[in-house]
This record gives sequence, structure tokens and C-alpha cells, in this order.
Amino acid sequence: MVTDDAGQGGTAAGQDNYAGHQDGAGHGMVQLITPAGERVSHPEYDLWVKDVSDEQLCSLYEDLVVIRRIDKEATALQRQGELGLWPPLLGQEASQVGSVRSLRDDDFIFPSYRENGVAYCRGVDLADILRVWRGAASGGWDPYTVNMAIPQIVIGAQTLHATGYAMGIQNDGADSAAIVYFGDGATSEGDVNEAMVFAASFQVPLVFFCQNNQWAISEPVRLQSHTQLVDRGAGFGIPSMRVDGNDVLAVMAATRVALDRARRGGGPTFIEAVTYRMGPHTTADDPTRYRDPNELEDWAAKDPIGRVHALLDRKGLFTEEFEAGVRAKADAVARELRAGCTGMPDPEPLDVFKHVYSTPNSWLDRQQDHYSRYLASFGDPAGATQEEGAR
Amino acid sequence: MTATMIKEFRLPDLGEGLTESEIVSWKVGVGDTVSLNQIIAEVETAKAVVELPSPFAGVITALHEQPGTVVEVGKPIVSFEVKDDAGNQTAAAAPAEVALPKREPNLVGYGAVVESTGRPVRRQRTLVQPTPLAEPAPLAEPVETRFANTSTAERPRSTPPVRKLAKDLGVDLESVPGSGPRGLITRDDVRNFVGGGDLPAAAQELAAQEVQPAPAQGEREVRTPIKGVRKFTAAAMVSSAFTAPHVTEFLTVDVTPAMELLARLKENKAFAGHKLTPLTLVARAVLIALRRNPGLNAKWDEANQEIVQFNYVNLGIAAATPRGLTVPNIKDADRLALVDLSTELAELTDTARAGKTSPADLSGGTISITNIGVFGIDAGTPILNPGEAAILAMGAVRKTPWEYQDQVALRQVMTLSLSFDHRLVDGEQGSRFLADVGALLADPGMALAMA
Repeated sequence: MVTDDAGQGGTAAGQDNYAGHQDGAGHGMVQLITPAGERVSHPEYDLWVKDVSDEQLCSLYEDLVVIRRIDKEATALQRQGELGLWPPLLGQEASQVGSVRSLRDDDFIFPSYRENGVAYCRGVDLADILRVWRGAASGGWDPYTVNMAIPQIVIGAQTLHATGYAMGIQNDGADSAAIVYFGDGATSEGDVNEAMVFAASFQVPLVFFCQNNQWAISEPVRLQSHTQLVDRGAGFGIPSMRVDGNDVLAVMAATRVALDRARRGGGPTFIEAVTYRMGPHTTADDPTRYRDPNELEDWAAKDPIGRVHALLDRKGLFTEEFEAGVRAKADAVARELRAGCTGMPDPEPLDVFKHVYSTPNSWLDRQQDHYSRYLASFGDPAGATQEEGAR
Repeated sequence: MTATMIKEFRLPDLGEGLTESEIVSWKVGVGDTVSLNQIIAEVETAKAVVELPSPFAGVITALHEQPGTVVEVGKPIVSFEVKDDAGNQTAAAAPAEVALPKREPNLVGYGAVVESTGRPVRRQRTLVQPTPLAEPAPLAEPVETRFANTSTAERPRSTPPVRKLAKDLGVDLESVPGSGPRGLITRDDVRNFVGGGDLPAAAQELAAQEVQPAPAQGEREVRTPIKGVRKFTAAAMVSSAFTAPHVTEFLTVDVTPAMELLARLKENKAFAGHKLTPLTLVARAVLIALRRNPGLNAKWDEANQEIVQFNYVNLGIAAATPRGLTVPNIKDADRLALVDLSTELAELTDTARAGKTSPADLSGGTISITNIGVFGIDAGTPILNPGEAAILAMGAVRKTPWEYQDQVALRQVMTLSLSFDHRLVDGEQGSRFLADVGALLADPGMALAMA
């Protein structure tokens, strides 16, 4: 059985360096690719990634590189005044790619604000990913076109939405599942704890995917939790796994275990993906004020992309041609992202009324009417056109 | 295709809501060729030191700011010469027409950039900075400061709701005797201290009333909860207007003699340092006229089915205060000499404007005056202060062509408006009273005759 203690005895070389939880009994950390790029075997988790071919491994590598490039380009766009804000995901690529690439199209994703790599892999349009960060819309896309909700800024609130959605799946008798992303800081929030109580009580098909990136802005995880985050799951009666979040294969294996349980009616799973936020919390943050630079160096040695590169190298798959192809893809995506961002039309004033309710609402209509007449009072013919267009 | 153009890069808001940043250093110089996203500068904001990636590929033509300067967000800091087709940011935004100017970075907090696409867009407006709809009302001086000099002994024993009540009523708990166990000050102790348990609820509401903030700019309507003075005023006016049948009479008087008297009195040593105004004289005239017409200094007591005739005058003066309309009254005003009356009037209005009127001063009025003349108004139909039988509105003193000694002369003229409760005041009494007040103002010497 792959259940609660599945992580026990995981290979996890060097895991004690993680998170200051050297005393952390209970859960080891699942790892399938070492930082040096060595593929280590695991008696149980190997089975869950047995089907991952060389070609798929290459494709995972490409996604890792592309989303790092998206992150870099978006950060630059913020520095150039094109985005109001951006929450970098640098260092968390494997957690995002490994989990989202385990999902089926009919599974539903509830992200926090940092899952922009997840959004890319899910097929969200590049410009749509940036829309909200540019302040051009309050949400970038229609969640039902890709089965992924828009970024949730309120810490942990999405865990409740996900639990409710998963209860809906249960009521429908479907075998799809939901996954909810949140961070280490969110586990201190009431919402997350309430969601876990409900998810366990109703045994809903939901994966609680916690990216423990070690820092809740400037607060280290050890101040928030005197136990490993993974141990919290047991308190709710939720089977839990601790996985190397910088190891794309291990993340994939763990997510597949959890999804399989969900589809079989086995209820929720809690995954702690141990990773590291290499960059600032957002572009408005300066981590050098609260973080030891040595820590960054330690984690750079565990880079999620470097180890897949090394593994592909060992397998003789990392050819010049392959490398050039991936780079070209990343460049093309970055160009498209930049063009989509800078060419994005500014929203019209009346756009604020769109997407508030799915059905007509007389109260909102009245406000819109007032506002459009207000705009029209400036005597701007363009405003008048908009007013008509908005009805 | 090889045409070039100059692009400026303006300092963006690098954090959330920053207004300025300091250029720490330039990583490039004029004449350098830079690629897109190449680091060109290091900038320190209030939040972090960050590197600025170049938004263009091209040649640096100017660095507008020296290292060490603090630059406002939105100011140009560097210029580039870029090729029109250099694969810059907009080049890939395919369908745009060549003729369209490229979009400049749209800075956070700098509003929408004018767009040149075919889409209908709003032109940028240059709105005149709207002035606030109202001056923010001055806040009453915090109650605490009034007790700043009291002794530092242990705080009197009381509970938080009682302390709140005391604060609202402007009561210093130090001076309130406590009747509870071990000297605990109770709610009733505070109430009794300020003048009995029958303190009108309005007084408490008045004390608790908060000054409303000025409406935000651009709001089309402001919704203010009905509470405090406004709520009390409304209830009082409704109850008054719909229980007491009002009659309002007007009388326009040549008050030139009264104004001349006022001028003379001001120069009189006895009144030195006293504030004499038309209101002082009108108040005095009302008090004298009441002696001959006591029926207006009375009250309809519905509960006891009695008409209460007051043998004293608590003269109410309607005052516009930061908290709204209040009608504090001068106790036993009929016993005051003119000079004392002027002192009381000045104190009463000053206290009211400072929002420090004590609850006791607000209750027990017997007749009121409202001075609408200060607003430049001539006449109105004032509504009775509940429990009173009459209210006199004094209009503005205007120089008006007026009959004087059988000729038309420019005289100082004032209109008096008197409302009275027709349940207990008949037209005859009301009219006589008003005529007396008018006569006193038209010829202050009449005071000798009437008194």
C-alpha cells in the first residue's frame, strides 16, 4: 500500500539539510533524482513514474526551462514598468511542473498567486497570465476553459474553494479530482485548517499541494511550525507525503499517488513539496534584508533544472540540438509574453462591471448606469460609445 | 527599414506604490549598445535595491540622471536610439499598423496611456483638481487634553462602558463620587453628576457624535448614517412640527435707532471688552417684551394636560456647530443686565462652536432665538424647539429705502419672524409680543416705558 507512510525510507540523500528539521522524525523525503542528477530507485514511487519515457523527461525539462524564462521575463517587465507586480517562482519550477503535468484535463486546479508556471503548463494564454499583474483585469482568464481558477491573492482562501469544488465532484459521482496549491505560510491560516477538516470529513477527491518554499515573505517556516508541515496532515486524518519539491519526478510520483487515491474514493492527500523561493516574495520585496546569502547558495546547489540537465546528460539525451531547441522555445515564449503584455489594451472604465455576476443583476446594472452617465458627463464621444456598447 | 527613433525610459514604480527611487549606479554609458533586458542600472527604492533591465535593444543616447540622485517615478532617466524594426517589444505584437506609434511603458499609477488602435478609447482627461465639497469640520478638542493637568493618582474605579459614557458626556471621572462597591463609579453616578437621571438622550448622542469626514473627491453621493445630533434634530423637528400647530408672523422694522444705540454702547466704558451684537439687543428686546406677554414663555404639557407658565426665562440660542444644530440656553436670562447677557451670549456661542456645550445647557429652554441674519437671510418660518411656545428668527440688517419722517430714506431694516404654538398662544398674544419686540428695536427708548 502506498499510504501514509509511503515516504518512509525514501532515498533522500542530504535531506537533513532541509528546513532545519533535522529532528523531524516520521517522514522522510521522497527523492528520485539527486541534485547531482543521479536517478535513485525507490521501491514504491518508481512504479508511479515507470511510464515516463526519455522523450517525456525531455519535455519536462523544456517546461522547467520555459517557465523559468517566463518568470525572468515577467520580472524584467515589472522593472520596466509594464507590470505592477510579479511574484517570482524561481526555484519552484519542479514542484509546479511535476504536479500539473500529472493532472487530467478534467481535474480542476485552484492556484495561489505564484502558480504562473502551472498556468503555462495548463495552457493558459501567455498574455492572460500577465493580465492581472498588469492591472488590466481582475482575473486573466475564464477558469472553465482550462479548468484552472484565477490566482488567489488571499492567503489560503482557495483551499476552501477547492474543497467545495471537490465535494461537487463527489456529488456528481465523477472520477476527476481537484488540486489546490498553497504555501508554507498558508498552513498557519484558519482557512487551510478548515478546508482540511471538511476535506477529511467528506473524504473529498482533493490534493492539498503545499509548496514549502521556506519563507512566508520574511518569516521562516520554522517560526510557524514546530513540526514538519507534512506531520500536520495526520492531525486531520489526511494521508500525507513529504517530497523533494526540486525533483520533478518525485513530485510527479507523489501527485499521481494522491490523484489515484482521490479517483478511487480514498479522500484527500496532503503533499509537502520541499522547495525554495530563490527570488523575492514579489518584485516589491528585498529578501537580502532577512535572508542569509549562504542559504541561497545551498539551495542553488539543489536547483531543479540543473539536476534534470545532469540526468539527461548521463542518459546522453542532452544534445546540442536539444539544448538549442529548448532555448529557442524559451526565447519564443518570452517574446510572445512580452508582446502580449505591452500590446495589451487598457481596460475601459466600464469593464469593471464585467464578470461580477454570471447573470444580470439589477443592482449592479444601476451602478453601471450611474457610472456610464457620470463618464458621459465629461462630454467625451468615446465615452458615449462605450456606454452604449456596455449595455 | 533602417530608420531609427529615440525612446525614453521613464522610471517605473518598482515596488507597490513607490513615488521615487535613487539611481545607485549606471551599468552602461552613452554610446553603449545594449540588448533587451540587459542590466543598465542599479536603483534603490524604499523597499529594495533592484537592477533595471533595459526595455529596448539599441544605443544609449543619454543618461538623464546622475548616480546618487533621487528621481521621481515617471521621469525619464535614459534615452535609447532604437531601430524601428529592431525586434523590440512591440515588433512582435504583429497586427499593429506601422503608422501607429509604439506604446510607451504604461507606468503604474500614471493612468491609461493614449492608445492609437482602431478601438474606441477614452482620451486622457485633464480634470481640474476638484475642491473638496466641504471643508473638513474641525474636530472637537479631544476630551483627554482637558484633564491633562489633573493629579496622577490612581484612576477612579469604573468599568469601560462607564468610562466611555463619561468621555462622551465630557465628565471627568476624578470628580464623580462613586456609589458602587469600594467606590466604583456607576453609570448612574455619571448621569447624576451631569444633572440628574432625566438627562435627555439627545445630550448623550450629542456627546457621542462624531464629526463626519469630508466626502472623497469625485463621489456623486455620500451616504451618512442618521445618528447623533442629526438624528436628534430630525426627531425633535418632526415631533415639534407635527404636534405643535405653528403660526408664523413677520414684522419688518427700521432698526436704525437700535444700531445707533449699539454703536454708542460699544464706545461706552461699561461695555469695554464685551461683545455687543444685534443679537444682544434682540435678546434683550425679547426678554423685555416677554414681561408684557408672558404667555409666550410657556409650555404645553400634553402628558399632564396642563399649560406651564414659566416665571423665569431660559433663553435658547440656535447655534450652528461642527456637530450640527444645537440650541443651548442661558439660564435665568431675564435676570441678567445687558452687559452680563452679552457675556453669556458670547460664552454660549463660543462653547457651542467648540462642540463643548454641556448637556445641562441644552435642556430646560423656555423660548428661543435663531439668528438667520448672520447667513444673510431676511425671514423664515422657524420650527419650535420642542417644549417651547415661541421662537424668533432675526433676519439680516439691511440698508433699505424706507419711509422715515415722511420721506424715503436709506435705513437699516430687519425682518423678524416669529413662530408660536397656536395651542397655547393666540394670534393676539403672539402679535402683541412681536409688535413689542419690533417697537423696542425701532425705538430702544421704549424699554423705559415697557420695563
